[in-house]
Amino acid sequence: MALESIKEGLTTHFRIITKHKFGTFGALVLLFFSIIAIFAPYIAPHTPWETLRTSAGKLALLKPPSGEFLLGTTAMGRDLFSQMIFATRTTVYIGFVSGMISIIIGANIGLISGFYGGKLDEVLMRFTDIVWGMPFLPFIIILISLFGRKLEFVILAICLVIWRSSARVIRAQTLAIKQRQFILAAKARGCSNLRIIYRHIMPNILPLLILYTAFNIAWSVIAEAGASFLGFGDPTNLSWGGILFSLWISSKIRVAWWWFAAPAICIILLVSALVFISRSYEEVANPRLRKR
Amino acid sequence: MLLEIENLKTHYQTAEGMVKAADGISFSIDKDQVFGLVGESGCGKSTLIRTIMRLVPDSAHVSADRLRINGTDLLPLSDKEYRKSILWSEISLVPQSAMNSLNPVYKVGSQIAEIMLTHTKMKRKEAMEKVKELFEAVGLQAGLVNSFAHEFSGGMRQRAMIAMSLALNPSLIIMDEPTTGLDVLVQERILRKLIEIKAKMANDTSILLITHDISVVAEMSDRIGVMYAGQMMEVSDTLDLFAEPYHPYSLGLKNAFPSIKEWDRELISIPGSPPNLIGNFQGCIFRERCPFRIKECATQRPEAKEVKPGHMVACIRTNDVEEFRQRAGEKETWKF
Repeated sequence: MALESIKEGLTTHFRIITKHKFGTFGALVLLFFSIIAIFAPYIAPHTPWETLRTSAGKLALLKPPSGEFLLGTTAMGRDLFSQMIFATRTTVYIGFVSGMISIIIGANIGLISGFYGGKLDEVLMRFTDIVWGMPFLPFIIILISLFGRKLEFVILAICLVIWRSSARVIRAQTLAIKQRQFILAAKARGCSNLRIIYRHIMPNILPLLILYTAFNIAWSVIAEAGASFLGFGDPTNLSWGGILFSLWISSKIRVAWWWFAAPAICIILLVSALVFISRSYEEVANPRLRKR
Repeated sequence: MLLEIENLKTHYQTAEGMVKAADGISFSIDKDQVFGLVGESGCGKSTLIRTIMRLVPDSAHVSADRLRINGTDLLPLSDKEYRKSILWSEISLVPQSAMNSLNPVYKVGSQIAEIMLTHTKMKRKEAMEKVKELFEAVGLQAGLVNSFAHEFSGGMRQRAMIAMSLALNPSLIIMDEPTTGLDVLVQERILRKLIEIKAKMANDTSILLITHDISVVAEMSDRIGVMYAGQMMEVSDTLDLFAEPYHPYSLGLKNAFPSIKEWDRELISIPGSPPNLIGNFQGCIFRERCPFRIKECATQRPEAKEVKPGHMVACIRTNDVEEFRQRAGEKETWKF
């Protein structure tokens, strides 16, 4: 019985995403990067840190892409291809976890603020306004500097800022749903406030939640890439932004186009994929966008 | 007495002043009785229901000399106590425009089952079985428990709401405009079903029927209360109200409905519109639209007089009712 509804649910989402070509593209790209992230150690030919030599025996420093090194090598003689594969893991992990946690924070603030109203609403929304006032990347960098340059703290820093975009919108939707007759009927039946918020209102704003989850993941990737590029990522867990950082400090950016292209293209691809998927859900959340 | 209401007042504090949505309502409902509450739009019927069911906003001032169900005083109960012991288990509600009272993302059956899961110790399977029973009682196929609200027609949704109201075997079911918005055929079927259900119910369930359709209330109710501008004008047995109405408002209402016997009688409506409920109103609240008003009507608010056993009227000129009944039938009376 439960299996049937899971299948039904997956089919629905599959249809929503693949309805348009860009949605399908986004899903494929996501799938691609997810597989790489999961199977990283099995796919990568080398580790990200070992200094390699060419078949000729010389140190493989700053070699452009070739049959031997698919994406070329870095100034320290490391295989970019392997680095990219392991960095995919870090980037995807940070992106997804930050995205999920931040939507949980934002959704709850929006739901509670919208449902209860009054003083609580005031306080929560003014707090959201204050967080909105913080410049995005600089503040994340400050937080990372405060907490320390570890993977978990990067995630924490991003989560503490990114939730602000979803909170307001979800609050607005909550206000709209709150007025509807079936909420009054639920109250009349003796549903507690908590039950109404999480079992009656939340499922009705689910399309919006999914949309903002995708957006939040996209913004998390951008934030992480930016922070890492500026040197505030976790030095032991390389991410795509971290690769760009090591390129930058090597001062070889004018020479090694491959070292720049790979991470840059991947960042663009991943963020675009996430945005495309959220576009598919945008149509569900706002039926007026559907083409007739 | 199942439900006893005496001098119930619900006042809303607004920026423009105190709105007296319900101002001194008194009536009672016995076990196994259908009480019809009629009145114009905006007369306070919905406020009354919401007050009884505690669905009024916190800014509303509610007071009553008596508000009891089955002997239990409702006003002193805390919200939590009310929710656990009264709401739905003693009093349930079939809301207006049932079309919109179902959550669109859940199956209809699970919404009704939810009530039993939260109020009783039933397991999910048991609850679903009970829901299927309820569906059959209201004339819906048991298989429909797994459908969504948008797959139901208006009449079906109304039946589902009625089934929902029966879930915990309440002592009192409040029905707010149960047939408004339905076509006459469906209306007739549902009313007939309601009578059937009530007869079958084991525990002398009573129904508080709110409507502005006098034909519905005439067919279904044992007693009728006529409301106007937040106050009760007349309360009596149904047959008595139609045979011998006392209040000028009731007389006026009688004229506004077509009669199947006198099909060429011209309909006379009561001129004017309900008064502003804000602030203090001196005297009888109906006087501005009453063709029989006198000087005293502007100063004293009429007390509810028992003109016959079980027949309450809020008018100071009940002695002249014979003259009123005659004059009310004439068109000129209502032109002023």
